[in-house]
Amino acid sequence: MNPATTGGGTILLKGGHVVDPQNKLDAISDVLIEKGLIKKVAKTIDEKADLVIDAKGKFVVPGLIDMHVHLRQPGHEYKETIETGLRAAAKGGFTGVCPMPNTEPPADRRSDMEFMREEAKRLGLVNLWPVGAVTLKQLGKELTEFGELKKGGAIALSDDGHPISDSNILRRALEYAKKFDLPILVHCQDEGLFCGGCMNEGSVSTKLGLGGIPAEAESIEVARDIQLADLTGGKLHFCHISSRKSLEIIRQAKAQGSKATAETCPHYFHLTDEAVMHYNTYAKMNPPLRTDEDVRAVKEALKAGTVDAIATDHAPHTDNEKDVEFDHAPFGIIGLETSLPLSLELVREKVLTMSALVERMSLAPARILGLDRGHLSEGTSADITVFDADAEWIVEKEKLESKSKNSPFLGRKMKGKALYVLCGGRVVLQDGKIQS
Amino acid sequence: MTVVGSQVSGDKKFHWTRKDLLSVEELSKEEIEHILATAESFKEVSTREVKKVPALRGKTIANLFFEASTRTRTSFELAAKRLSADILNFSSSGSSTAKGEGLRDTARNIEAMQIDTIVMRHSSSGAAEYLARTSQAGVINAGDGIHEHPTQGLLDIFTIREKKKTLQGLQVCLVGDILHSRVARSNIWGLKKLGAEVTVCGPPTLIPRKIEELGVTISYDLDKVLPKMDVLNILRIQLERQSGAFFPSIREYAAEYGISNERMKKAKKDVLIMHPGPINRGVELSGEVADGSQSVILDQVTNGVAVRMAVLFLTTLVER
Repeated sequence: MNPATTGGGTILLKGGHVVDPQNKLDAISDVLIEKGLIKKVAKTIDEKADLVIDAKGKFVVPGLIDMHVHLRQPGHEYKETIETGLRAAAKGGFTGVCPMPNTEPPADRRSDMEFMREEAKRLGLVNLWPVGAVTLKQLGKELTEFGELKKGGAIALSDDGHPISDSNILRRALEYAKKFDLPILVHCQDEGLFCGGCMNEGSVSTKLGLGGIPAEAESIEVARDIQLADLTGGKLHFCHISSRKSLEIIRQAKAQGSKATAETCPHYFHLTDEAVMHYNTYAKMNPPLRTDEDVRAVKEALKAGTVDAIATDHAPHTDNEKDVEFDHAPFGIIGLETSLPLSLELVREKVLTMSALVERMSLAPARILGLDRGHLSEGTSADITVFDADAEWIVEKEKLESKSKNSPFLGRKMKGKALYVLCGGRVVLQDGKIQS
Repeated sequence: MTVVGSQVSGDKKFHWTRKDLLSVEELSKEEIEHILATAESFKEVSTREVKKVPALRGKTIANLFFEASTRTRTSFELAAKRLSADILNFSSSGSSTAKGEGLRDTARNIEAMQIDTIVMRHSSSGAAEYLARTSQAGVINAGDGIHEHPTQGLLDIFTIREKKKTLQGLQVCLVGDILHSRVARSNIWGLKKLGAEVTVCGPPTLIPRKIEELGVTISYDLDKVLPKMDVLNILRIQLERQSGAFFPSIREYAAEYGISNERMKKAKKDVLIMHPGPINRGVELSGEVADGSQSVILDQVTNGVAVRMAVLFLTTLVER
């Protein structure tokens, strides 16, 4: 085996279009990697290398990071495992993912963090940076041991899927987390307004006779949480923002100096609640798909920087669970393998420049999480994604790496495909194939 | 299609193509009119000495009721029997669904028994469409969650047309809990397609968002809209809605939206009073109004059998 592919020797990426927003690079360049680190980025590098990758006509960018996924292990291995999830991540062009703690049991202890990291290390695929629970069993009542979680490898804290209704608990969490410099990732949902709904409240829910979730169920909590961040000075990050009203609140807060950050997901800038027509459970997620107006607002917010990051909220569920009456189906869709092409649409539509897209998918998540990633500076870990922005392919169940196939994009033509994923110089994806 | 007897007049040229009846929304005006015409010819069967025609002899129909229902289930059963079909009754209590079997498997099992048409009531909106998608058998929606109850909508329209001759330009008001009403949705689609003007009237808490996009007028004030109405279709108020903060008390609901004797004085002399049943007497409707000369509530029940005969007949005999 070539020592270079396992992170040992030297790799030269030749002639790719390198986009590195932190270093303001957006040009055809060569990248040299040595012993897992970036050695040099220059217009032409003529040094010999153990492995030379021809990147002509391809984009070479700092490794993509998905800061919001569900890998289901432990507890729900029938939906996804750390292995299948990380394979899906690699296939989708990601060099690192952050699994949420809503496993079974919930990941609220140091040993849970250690288990996930050890499993990822054993697999040798892409990076796994675990998110620990904010409260014990994600019940919203008692804080977990933030310090212990961090020692175990937690990179952030969240009760994702279980909104912290008690404002005082969230206040204390934001305050206490300052000691450990951990961001709190919040899933904004007012439980009263949510009221057992299963899709966006509007004309489609009225026609279909499905319980509606008003956009305000999200935005009311966004407004509350912004104020709690002000009160505490804690690091606050908004998960999967879906609505215009929430974005407007975040925009205003940022204009007034708030340090809060936000992510959205590809489905919120590609689909509306019309996708639910005919009771399509593959279009059921929480927060729900909203309206055209919201889709436009999400794009504008991505452009303006109101939304810092694109994450997927990759949420695997089996067909046994999804192929049921709409109100009985669980919330969530997979997203790791379709995120890059769906996000590249933003560049094609001129919503974002390529550099801005790389920032949303790599540099911004790294900064929010306090990781020295998301750039190609000399001496940093060689986490690199190489993709062909024009490669066309069709989303097919059989070809997905993820164990679950619950995607609303099945059958849809995608444009853009990851070809190489390098993690600390290890070649995890080569020519679009996972190296294991 | 094989028609035995002289029961089918309708539009002979019309070619019915559906094995399922899932909603009124999906029906064209012509399809609705064809069902109504077919029902008209079937109505006479129930007045005969021998209340039976052999139209569906040898066909098997399953009544699959996952929610309690007496009148709809009975009405379908009677309709099937008057068409000489064999009918099988399943209800959720005591069936395998109580043992945790999913709808998909229940349906597959029924299908394996060579059932021609399944009549289903289910608490989930979209359940009928879901079943139809996975089933070779025809599916008649007998109420899915708060989505639609198409045969109820059609029998309401049949009754209005019978009394008023045409729906064109007629002022129809649906009164009460529009939000949770599958009857309201089926009525709205059908009435609009046949040219009626539809108003929905109820407490603001029970009017669903964006319902105006269906082409209806919204009112919270019954006394204001009542005088111009040709038809008042009074929906059953679920007494448990009080707990969802939809209204404070049955007493106040009755005061604001109940059709009392007093309120009836403001209505047109020839107004039709309708109700899908069962009635909460003294709440949405006073006993006297329910039993009064303007009430067509029992005509609705009678017509229900004819409309369901028409629907079972058309869907079960469709070419597959």
